[in-house]
Parts: sequence; structure tokens; C-alpha cells
Amino acid sequence: MDIIVCVKRVPDTETRVRITESGNSIESDGVKYIMSPYDEFALEAALRTKEESGKGEVRVLTLGDESSKETLRGALAVGADAAILLQGTVTVDGLATAKVLAAELEKHDPPLVLFGVRSGDVDQQQVGPMVATLLGRPCASNVSDFNLDNDTIVCRREVEGGVEVVELDLPAVVTITKGEFEPRYASLKGIMAAKKKPLEVKDAELVESKLTIDRLEYPPERAQGRIVGEGADAVPELVRALREEANAL
Amino acid sequence: MGDILAFADQQDGEIRGVALEIVSVAASRAAKLGGSAHALILGGDGTGKDASGLGAYGAEMVWVARDESLTHYIPEVYAPVVAEVARSGNYDAILFPATARGKDLAPRVAALLDTSLASDITRLDVEDGTLVAVRPVYGGKAFARIKFQGFPTVMSLRLNAFGVAESPASGKVQIMTPPVKGAGRSRVIEFQASRGGTMDVSEASIVVSGGRGMRGAEHWTLLEALRDALGSDAALGASRAVVDAGWRPHGEQVGQTGKTVAPKLYFAIGISGAIQHLAGMRTAQTIVAVNKDADAPIFGVADYGIIGDAFEVLPRLTEEISDYCSNG
Ligand SMILES: Cc1cc2nc3c(=O)[nH]c(=O)nc-3n(C[C@H](O)[C@H](O)[C@H](O)COP(=O)(O)OP(=O)(O)OC[C@H]3O[C@@H](n4cnc5c(N)ncnc54)[C@H](O)[C@@H]3O)c2cc1C
Ligand SMILES: Nc1ncnc2c1ncn2[C@@H]1O[C@H](COP(=O)(O)O)[C@@H](O)[C@H]1O
Repeated sequence: MDIIVCVKRVPDTETRVRITESGNSIESDGVKYIMSPYDEFALEAALRTKEESGKGEVRVLTLGDESSKETLRGALAVGADAAILLQGTVTVDGLATAKVLAAELEKHDPPLVLFGVRSGDVDQQQVGPMVATLLGRPCASNVSDFNLDNDTIVCRREVEGGVEVVELDLPAVVTITKGEFEPRYASLKGIMAAKKKPLEVKDAELVESKLTIDRLEYPPERAQGRIVGEGADAVPELVRALREEANAL
Repeated sequence: MGDILAFADQQDGEIRGVALEIVSVAASRAAKLGGSAHALILGGDGTGKDASGLGAYGAEMVWVARDESLTHYIPEVYAPVVAEVARSGNYDAILFPATARGKDLAPRVAALLDTSLASDITRLDVEDGTLVAVRPVYGGKAFARIKFQGFPTVMSLRLNAFGVAESPASGKVQIMTPPVKGAGRSRVIEFQASRGGTMDVSEASIVVSGGRGMRGAEHWTLLEALRDALGSDAALGASRAVVDAGWRPHGEQVGQTGKTVAPKLYFAIGISGAIQHLAGMRTAQTIVAVNKDADAPIFGVADYGIIGDAFEVLPRLTEEISDYCSNG
């Protein structure tokens, strides 16, 4: 089955964030960029699906700047068959991103489109369900595992208090959370093979963003805490402090 | 203009606790905008018996959309109904709880309304007559002040980050029969309740989290005892190391690749405090850490720390807390 996985290039989760002088973005020098962690799970899910069925193509799609090519090559190196870069500026407005992606997906109309449940930078948890809504497709979000059939997909969704099992008619959209899909590493052979795989680059037809970051701020400093003591003997003082100072019990 | 619509989630016909916080926020912000707060409940037959109760939290009007097809949450059925109600008023904003359900529903409603969504916001201000939201980005390493163009805007609110406030309003109930469009193309087959209990870690006002320092799944009885002593608003959480080891389900994981929580009180027991864990809990009001390593980074964010062996500290802590909680 043909699958398209939407992936995003984001700063490594270990990165130290430095806010630029203008105050509404972060410094990019010296920052290592990676494929958003949940998108790695989604890509892994797609690759395993292809391997199990022995047929179909896995393509990766991104909206991003020129440097996103590196992320797409990484996806080709672990086994994706082809990649598409829609070159353009990404904003915090997930609907603007969703519209660009949906327009491209419509041209390919794959039976299954996978997303990460949330991106590692703006973490809006919205692009997947928005794309599904724009395309009029059913969508299951926060899925840790699934089973595909000819015309349906059965998904395990992580929800409050448990797991919900839902069945969707294909074509469908699924957003992936961490579950069974521990991502693989690229082999040297994979990296070499990736150089010959198709990576199509075209200009994105951007739409206006209606959500803007006015200013970034560092997290409020937490008030200096204190060590109340060592071992079990410190417990009474802890409980007193929680009760009287923090008003937390 | 100036009105705000709050999605009030229900379960088995009863309004869920998380709805009160959303309605409270809608009421106080709408008051500043010169409008009023409305709430919306969707559900099957019999839903909304308790709807007027939302008046106590500031809802001027409570829409109850009642239909058999809304008995179970099916996003493709729910979203158009919410969008329809949103269109029927002059709302500046539609607010959802940032629960699994809220985060699933909000983007679909936003897409149907062709409007933008700010997810998991931790603050909502009214400045010069418009709403400005604050939400974490880059795993909580920065907070973004978000401005909106176009109305209504859609937002989901991080639970416990705002608090519940009473402010009496009329709470007039308006029952509606939504136009439900044919059978959806998705079906719920089954629900499997997790063994951790029903209170989800992202909703709990107290979280007891264990890390690799707990040394094995079998020692979770110690954390369960503490949770039980803390009462019914407490839930268990875990670090990724614990989930990766298979000691606890992923649904309990707190952090960048797990849940984000903002409880009143967070216990980190045998958790080192890696940056990815902090991403999920640093907005908790009070953080307590128990760790045998005095240099563990978790002490850098903890309000109160005990340096020591969790296996010695936990039984005593449980005992003292149950004494306090049972004697008042
Ligand atoms: C992309 C990415 C995403 C990630 N996402 C997450 C996430 O969502 N959530 C998350 O938690 N982690 C996440 N991590 C992993 C994170 O980096 C850490 O590896 C993890 O949080 C460590 O878990 P821990 O604190 O339980 O274990 P450790 O780091 O091994 O710490 C165990 C702690 O227990 C203490 N200890 C040992 N014995 C005792 C005892 N008897 N009594 C008291 N204390 C004791 C030790 O001193 C130590 O501080 C992520 C990592 C990456 C790269
Ligand atoms: N610029 C983008 N290009 C391709 N996919 C994206 C982009 N932004 C977000 N996505 C996808 O949408 C998911 C959720 O992103 P978000 O809504 O920002 O949390 C990500 O995990 C990706 O799968």
C-alpha cells in the first residue's frame, strides 16, 4: 500500500534554546536539527507496513526551507522510496501548514497518510487532524499501533484512562505516538542508496498565517527550592512544608 | 462580540471535572471582553441533566446537543456539531481542554471554521480588547506569546494551569437536536481501561512519578500506596526509562515524548531530571524530588528535595501523609 509520511525538521530536543534579539524566533547557529521524534515513529510504522506487505511505496513529504533536504535524505537512507520538499517558510500556524500539505497530498491521493502526533518544536498537535478534515478523510490521532486491511485500518489510540480501538475506512489519516515503532538507524548501504532516490523540490504555495508569535520568553525561573533533609527523617519537615508553605496538600 | 464558547466534556452523561476549569476561564475572559461565556455539551440521550450547574462557574448559557449518535465520541460526528454551534454565535474564541479528546477535536473544529488554533496554552490574557495566549514551545524551553487574526480563534487549555473559579451566571439551558450527517467512516470497536486506574496523569491535580531509581515494576506498590494516601485526585506518572523498561504503560509517561502535566503537586521519585522529563512537568506548581544523588538535576527545579533512598523515604512519606489526610 502506498503511504505518505509528513515529516518536519526541528531542533534536537537536547538543544539549548537561545532567543534572537528580535525576540520572536530562536538562534539557529550551532543548533543541530533532526527529524521530529514522532515523525520518526511514523516513518518507522510506514516502513514496517511496506515490509510486511511486500508492496507499495513509502514517500516522505515536508514543508520547510532548503536545509530540510538533509532531513529528507535521512528518511530515504532508512528506507523511504521518494521524498518531496515543498520549499517555503513554516510558521506556528498549523492550519497554514495543513493547507499546503493537503493541497500536495490531494495530487497523490495515497490510501494512508501518516503524521507524528506532535512536532518537536511548536508542538501544536494539530496538523494531522487538520489535514484530514481538509481532505474529508477519517482520522485517528495518538495511535500507538495499527493493523491494515484492504479497505480499513484498525488503530489503537491512547486516550485518557486507557486504549481505544477504532476502525477507519481507507483512505485515512493517522497520527502516530510512541508505541511499538522504535525507529531504525540508517546503514551505510542505505545512505549510499539514498543518493540515487528521487528528491523532488518545488516552491510551496503558502497561505497567510493567522497565528503569529509576538514574542518568545524564557520559562519563568522557578523560585529557588531547598533540600529539606536526608533520608526518611526529613519526611515530617517535608509534609509540614507542603501543608503550611506550599498549601499543596 | 466578546462572547466565548467553552467545550464542556461529559462522560456517560455527566459533566467531567475538567469542564469547570474551561468554563471558569471562558467566564473571566469574556467578562473582560465585555461579553459572556457559553458552554456546550455534546452527548447521547439524557445528557445535560446537570447542565445548568455550569452557571455557577460563569456560563450564561449552556447549549446541550443531544442525539443518540453523540453517545460515544466520534470525532467526525462531533466536530461538525461544535462548528455549527460556534458559527451560530458571535464568539471571539472557542476553548477546549487539552485532554486527549480536546486535542483530537479542536484541530478539526478549527479546520471546519477555517480558523487557527493555539494548543495547550498555559495563559490567556486580554490586552487592548483582544485575546493573547501564552504556550510552551521547544519542549518548554521557551514560551511563545501568540497573537491571533480572524475570529473565532480556537484554543486548548492545559489542565490545572488556570484553576477553577466560581462566578454565578444564569446557566440557562438550551437543548438542541443537532443535524447529524450520516454514519461516519470511523467506528469505535473497543475500549480497554488501563491498569493504572481511571484518573489520567494529565488531569490529576497531584502526580506521583517514579523513575529508574525504583528498580523494577514490582516496587510500584510503594508509589501506589502514596498515590492512594493522597486521595482520588492523584495519579501515577513515570519517566521514559521506566516505560522503555516495560515497567509501566506509555500512557503514564511524563515528558517530551509523553504527557505534559501541570498539577498542583508533583512527586519525582528516583527520577534524575533529564531535560526531556522536565519538558513535561516544569509548569507544576510545587515539585518534590526524592533522589539519592545530591547532584541529580531534578533538584534544580524541585521546590522541596529529600536526598535519600526512595525505599526508605516512601513508606514514611505515605504514613505521614495518610495521617495528615485522615486527621485533617
Ligand atoms: C528524543 C528524546 C525524548 C525523550 N522523552 C522523554 C520523556 O518524554 N520523558 C522522560 O522521562 N524521558 C525522556 N527521554 C529520556 C531522558 O533523556 C532520560 O533518559 C530519562 O528521563 C531518564 O529516566 P530516569 O530519570 O527514570 O532514569 P535515570 O536517568 O537513570 O535516573 C534514575 C535516578 O534515580 C536515582 N536513584 C537510583 N536509585 C535510587 C534510590 N534507591 N532512591 C532514590 N533515587 C534513586 C538516581 O540517582 C538517578 O538520578 C527522552 C530522550 C530523548 C533523546
Ligand atoms: N512543516 C511541516 N512539514 C511536514 N509535516 C509537518 C510540518 N509541520 C507539522 N507536520 C506534521 O504534523 C505533525 C504534527 O505537528 P504539530 O501540529 O506542529 O504538532 C508533525 O509530527 C508532522 O508529521
